[in-house]
Amino acid sequence: MIWSKEETLPREEIEKIQLERLKETVHRVYERVPAYARKMDEAGVRPEDIRELSDLSRLPFVTKQDMRDNYPFGLFAVDKDELVRIHASSGTTGKPTVVGYTRGDLETWTECVSRIACMGGASSKDVAQICFGYGMFTGALGLHYGLENIGAAIVPSSTGNSQKQIMYMQDFETSLLVATPSYALRLAEVAREMGVEPERDLKVKIALVGSELLTDAMREEMHKYWGKDLLITSNYGMSELMGPGVSGECTEHCGMHINEDYFIPEIIDPATGDVLPAGEKGELVITCIKKEGLPLIRYRTKDITRLFYDKCKCGRTFCRMENLSGRSDDMLKIRGVNVFPSQIEEVILSVEELGPHYEIILEREGYLDKLTVKVELAQVTDSFSVLERITATVKNKLKVILGLDAKVMLESPNTLQRFEGKAKRVKDLRSK
Amino acid sequence: MFAKQLTVFIENRTGRLSEVLDVLKENKVNILSLSLADTTEFGLLRLIVDNAALGKDKLTQKGFSSLLSDVSIIKIPHKVGSLQKLLKTIDENGVNIEYMYGLSIESDEAYVVLKASDVNKIDAILNENGIKTISCEELGKI
Ligand SMILES: [Zn+2]
Repeated sequence: MIWSKEETLPREEIEKIQLERLKETVHRVYERVPAYARKMDEAGVRPEDIRELSDLSRLPFVTKQDMRDNYPFGLFAVDKDELVRIHASSGTTGKPTVVGYTRGDLETWTECVSRIACMGGASSKDVAQICFGYGMFTGALGLHYGLENIGAAIVPSSTGNSQKQIMYMQDFETSLLVATPSYALRLAEVAREMGVEPERDLKVKIALVGSELLTDAMREEMHKYWGKDLLITSNYGMSELMGPGVSGECTEHCGMHINEDYFIPEIIDPATGDVLPAGEKGELVITCIKKEGLPLIRYRTKDITRLFYDKCKCGRTFCRMENLSGRSDDMLKIRGVNVFPSQIEEVILSVEELGPHYEIILEREGYLDKLTVKVELAQVTDSFSVLERITATVKNKLKVILGLDAKVMLESPNTLQRFEGKAKRVKDLRSK
Repeated sequence: MFAKQLTVFIENRTGRLSEVLDVLKENKVNILSLSLADTTEFGLLRLIVDNAALGKDKLTQKGFSSLLSDVSIIKIPHKVGSLQKLLKTIDENGVNIEYMYGLSIESDEAYVVLKASDVNKIDAILNENGIKTISCEELGKI
């Protein structure tokens, strides 16, 4: 089901809305946000210079650093008393990034997530269990309001207490699960430990996953635990832009439709900042064109993806962004080689005998980086040759794909750390 | 006749092996024979004990992952050439031996633990050739 008529507008009409809203936003931000006006003055561009959509590239970027520099409310375009909600993203270094919503922003958010929920197959019939942490994190409440808006029954179970989560699923006949891919796998493991076979004993048919990369291999792994018929779609967003609801995958599984009447996407070369043509891979930059509280312009997401504008079989005309292949932030430099953890994950998940949990450890030995990958056996075997083959396979594949020698350590089933929120699988112990 | 072998996967960390042995000792699980195969990255401990199911349960409670598998404990005469003769018989019948270990030796008899690629077939072959297999319980009594 398509939630809103805007989702199927012809391209010219989408662009007409975008241009109108962009101009309005740029004028408003220039008048109300001194930090942004200063940036524009430095770049030598005035609000009235924005006459066409292509003029967007003349505007300066906003980065996470700008948000830190203007902590907490410096980039807001409204007075504090117009805000009705404040969220913050956990900053691993220094201050968190603060985001605020007006009443209008919350309506926008609800609308955007409602669309994404419908794209992923949700309907008013669903019992939706939200296993994202509630709190300052935008993920849980974003999905909560969107799913509630389309009429689903919300079970706000948050994270933790996994056995109780499984009990709710059984007793409330949960049909839709919101979780990170790694927590969805953890929940399936816990169910099995309790003697509950997810595919047979539970009624979960839809999974809306986010806040973590969903690689094809991870999707396969989820099917292994939850059954091949589970409809898995990923959705994308970040608190700086709004939270979940920027884009979502439709049931055609060919990328995530961006809510283009609220967000204008661009792909840039992360090194030069130049805008790349459609279809090329680069860093995603998003401009919010209908936000009141925090309308970020040309925000550098650091997420690496591509954009596709060809028509989708689902009928929506909004462009699609490819499921993420990594964040430039997550990229590891090992012995001079650029490595995305997702590449290592793909190797591990391709080996039948290994479970989906792993740990990547980076150390420095002398002047050399040392890569260790800890992987977990799906089950114990009594065959030494099987274990040797597993180790050799992982080593060889890593060598072929990354060109790096890695130490592969096998671990017993159920021994590596499990995560309820965003998984942290990389331990970089090299002194910077 | 099959015997239940208890296999424990051991990460290569100091003290892991003795932790496993501690659990067995505390629960009075008696080890009759064992084989430890290891590399720098992991070890595989295969055990014949008097109560494999109890051993597995207790290890699971302590967070160790283990496995029970069917192996044959074969009684052979304790003299030159008898092991070779046994292997020849198995070989001629087209069964592969995955691994073999542990000789618990008496004055005139010895015991080998043998894991075959086809556990049902090996049982038939041993029976047809009059080769005796025993259970863990019987081995425990010797
Ligand atoms: Zn579509």
